[in-house]
Amino acid sequence: MLFSVLNPHRERLWHFHGGIHLPDEKALSNAGASVAAPLPTQLVVALQQHIGAPSAPCVSVGDRVKKGQVLANPRGYVSAPVHAPSSGTVVALEPRQVPHPSGLAAPCVVIATDGADAWGELPAPLPDFEQHDPAELRERIRQSGIVGMGGASFPSSVKLNPGPDQPIHTLVINGAECEPYITCDDLLMRERAADIVDGIRVMLHILGTQRCLVGIEDNKPEALAAMRRAAQRANAQDAVAGRIKVREIPTLYPSGGEKQLIKILTGKEVPSHGIPAQIGIVCQNVGTACAVADAVLRGRPLIERYVTVTGRAVGKPQNYRVRIGTPAADLVAASGGYTVEPEKLVIGGPMMGFRIDSDAVPITKAANCILALTKAESPDPGAPQPCIRCGRCAEVCPANLLPQQLYWHARAKDLDKVQDYNLFDCIECGCCAVVCPSHIPLVQYYRYAKTESWAREREKRAAEHARERHAAKEARLERQERERKARMRKKQEAVAPKGGRDDAKQAAIEAARERAAAKKRVAQAGAAPGAAAQDTPQQAVPERPAAQRRVATANAGAPKVSATDGKPPAATPQHTPEPPVERERPGTAAGHG
Amino acid sequence: MQARAGFVSSPHAARVNSVDWVMRQVCLALVPGTLALVWFFGWGVLINMALAVVFAVVAEALVLKLRGRPALPAIADYSAVVTALLFALTIPPTLPWWLTLLGILFAIVIVKQLYGGIGYNPFNPAMAGYVFLLISYPVATTTWLPPDVPALLAAQDLTTLSLLDSARLIFTGALPAEHTWDAVSAATPLDEMRAKLDQGMAIDEIRASSPLWGLFGGRGWEWVAFWFLLGGLYMLWRKVITWQIPAAFLAGLVVAAGAFWLLDPQSYPTPMFHLLSGAAILGAFFIATDPVSACTTKRGQLVYGFLIGVLVFVIRTWGGYPDAVAFSVLLLNIAAPMIDHYTQPRVFGQKHGA
Repeated sequence: MLFSVLNPHRERLWHFHGGIHLPDEKALSNAGASVAAPLPTQLVVALQQHIGAPSAPCVSVGDRVKKGQVLANPRGYVSAPVHAPSSGTVVALEPRQVPHPSGLAAPCVVIATDGADAWGELPAPLPDFEQHDPAELRERIRQSGIVGMGGASFPSSVKLNPGPDQPIHTLVINGAECEPYITCDDLLMRERAADIVDGIRVMLHILGTQRCLVGIEDNKPEALAAMRRAAQRANAQDAVAGRIKVREIPTLYPSGGEKQLIKILTGKEVPSHGIPAQIGIVCQNVGTACAVADAVLRGRPLIERYVTVTGRAVGKPQNYRVRIGTPAADLVAASGGYTVEPEKLVIGGPMMGFRIDSDAVPITKAANCILALTKAESPDPGAPQPCIRCGRCAEVCPANLLPQQLYWHARAKDLDKVQDYNLFDCIECGCCAVVCPSHIPLVQYYRYAKTESWAREREKRAAEHARERHAAKEARLERQERERKARMRKKQEAVAPKGGRDDAKQAAIEAARERAAAKKRVAQAGAAPGAAAQDTPQQAVPERPAAQRRVATANAGAPKVSATDGKPPAATPQHTPEPPVERERPGTAAGHG
Repeated sequence: MQARAGFVSSPHAARVNSVDWVMRQVCLALVPGTLALVWFFGWGVLINMALAVVFAVVAEALVLKLRGRPALPAIADYSAVVTALLFALTIPPTLPWWLTLLGILFAIVIVKQLYGGIGYNPFNPAMAGYVFLLISYPVATTTWLPPDVPALLAAQDLTTLSLLDSARLIFTGALPAEHTWDAVSAATPLDEMRAKLDQGMAIDEIRASSPLWGLFGGRGWEWVAFWFLLGGLYMLWRKVITWQIPAAFLAGLVVAAGAFWLLDPQSYPTPMFHLLSGAAILGAFFIATDPVSACTTKRGQLVYGFLIGVLVFVIRTWGGYPDAVAFSVLLLNIAAPMIDHYTQPRVFGQKHGA
């Protein structure tokens, strides 16, 4: 406290619970500058490279496309367009293998490049972005197809639109890059620090915020220096001094987790099940900031990203500037190919990345690293042994969960219990699994339990919905019955003369006679061939499904029904003054049945 | 390139820990204390350890075979060895071999394997085996040798046993012809203290009455405790155990013993006496920290350790047995799941007290 008074410029940092120190392996790939990956002959651009609705293709096979031209438009608010990463011809619109944990194929636009790499028409650069409305800039970001480049690939324009009820006081920029092996953000920060800072300024303007904290782990001194220089330069020119602060944070996995980084830099915890905007913070990756600068200041859509190709199974690990849609195999080939058969091929890092079966998958907006691990780097942990309840998992859990209890309950398929232990606060960082002495694949158990819980939730919602519909139908029928009775009572009162009881009795007898006669007529009419089904309830009955028949007959069976309106029941099909409720029932009942 | 098919969930990084590494570290940490025990109490300690390990491994393999489980991975995790070593360190160095066998069979077969093997036993197997013997054969399990301290032996006209004598005693139950039990056995400091306090003697009198007493506890015994403490610190350093349970255990013992000692220093021995006598140090670092049967939440471990420490004092002072580590640990083993339930940590992003 006293120290912070004496030294107000001290960079106060906070801690999160747990975390682990891992060999960072960054030196494998961050020695040299990034290299522009060769333009492939074919680009395979996946239609869904973001969280949300897949985008709708707006080109067809045979179309010539220019670099930067829209290939598919967003469908819905949480969605993003995709653009042609180079010029050429659309040769296919079909499902192709994409980097996804499922290993399934997904719709892609395949472009045969023409080598000209010619830009199409681009929106105007907005170097005076501060004169533009935030909504306009958000729309630019959306139309440029920018999604979170840290791996989650959530559409950035949505994240930059927290709404008026969530005022944002801090923009957190994630340059932590805590996963071992990956160095693409490191290289991006070294080489494009000024652009990142420009992107930050755009986002600060959009959010109406005057404070930005950039968190970078202390194992990236070059990136830190570059970012500090760029921030200083921008701060010197800014009207509001010192808006952008670059913070050196200790290297500890997973400090690059969104919630963890926010805790480290601000001391605030994102609420469980919540988002950062709830505590006035928006967090974006450095890659996203750079893409925002490209989109707003240059009018360029997101068609390229930094990708690390690393692991000891490739000849020359390094970083590439890669067009989206470039096959991973091309990058591996550019890196000298495989020196040994990789034990595992992973998209992303060794802690949270997912394994792919083949390198014949295209780079997507979220693909930050191709990791070819040797057997020594990713040894088979062997068969899991029984949990000895040592609690190492709980010590390292950055969400402060009890991974061991989660494991027991997930294994027992006790989905209620596993949620009592806050399963959905698990960020799947993998710390617990790495330190587990029994080599239990803990994260796999949690993913299983989450998937099962979601499935159960869906089923429950469907059942709930059906129950509600049924209850609503019952209530409606009851109400109609009540209304009919009320109407009838009113009519009876109206029919009854104001005089003595005898008159009333007389009238009732008269009415009954009339009803009987009407019934007779109806019966005769119904017996006649060709009579319309909708004639009367009784006649309609045989035509209706059993469930409705039950209701209809119940109503029809009630005395005085046919005299409801006090009008003589009609004998002809053209004239059916049945209560509207009766008429509408078949339709509505069928609709809900 | 086509890699092998099949889904493998992240993480893909190498695992940094293994059960057999943990167990081997525990064995290593037991070395200094064991050497001290052998130094003061003779070869019987080593013979017991060897017997217990052999019995434990064979028993574990046989039960696993009966259960239709592969025996090798379970034996290779060294957990049976650790159980056997801890059991052997708590029994007297004169215990007949068949009692060691009985204790080990109870520990491994009934307490560990019948509950499902490693990870599933609610009770600490070594302590359950020891308590089984203590209740069934109280005389044999409480007959201790005097520590090999020349002044002490001379003063009480006691003698020590050679390797051959020890082996003969353990395997045949026969003492060397020239010796009687009185000449080779001696009360432990805890026994002595209890007996004399029961006779109404004051602590000062008791300490003056016999050459058994050292600086804080019994001669020899306090050094054994010190060397076990060193092993415990080694385990802390290697992160084999965490500080919560040992610290809370010792704190519980010191607080309880200290409170009564302050009230009446002539009727209640000092906290240091309690710490350095019996199995307190061994229990705090090696026994109560058995992960399988202990609490798993950090706050729970503090409660668990503290209550064991308090119970040790309570049973030592007012219970029927001179030492109490085994009973206290077993009692808290029962309570561990409940303590865990009420001491769950605050999850990231949840409000305090939520």
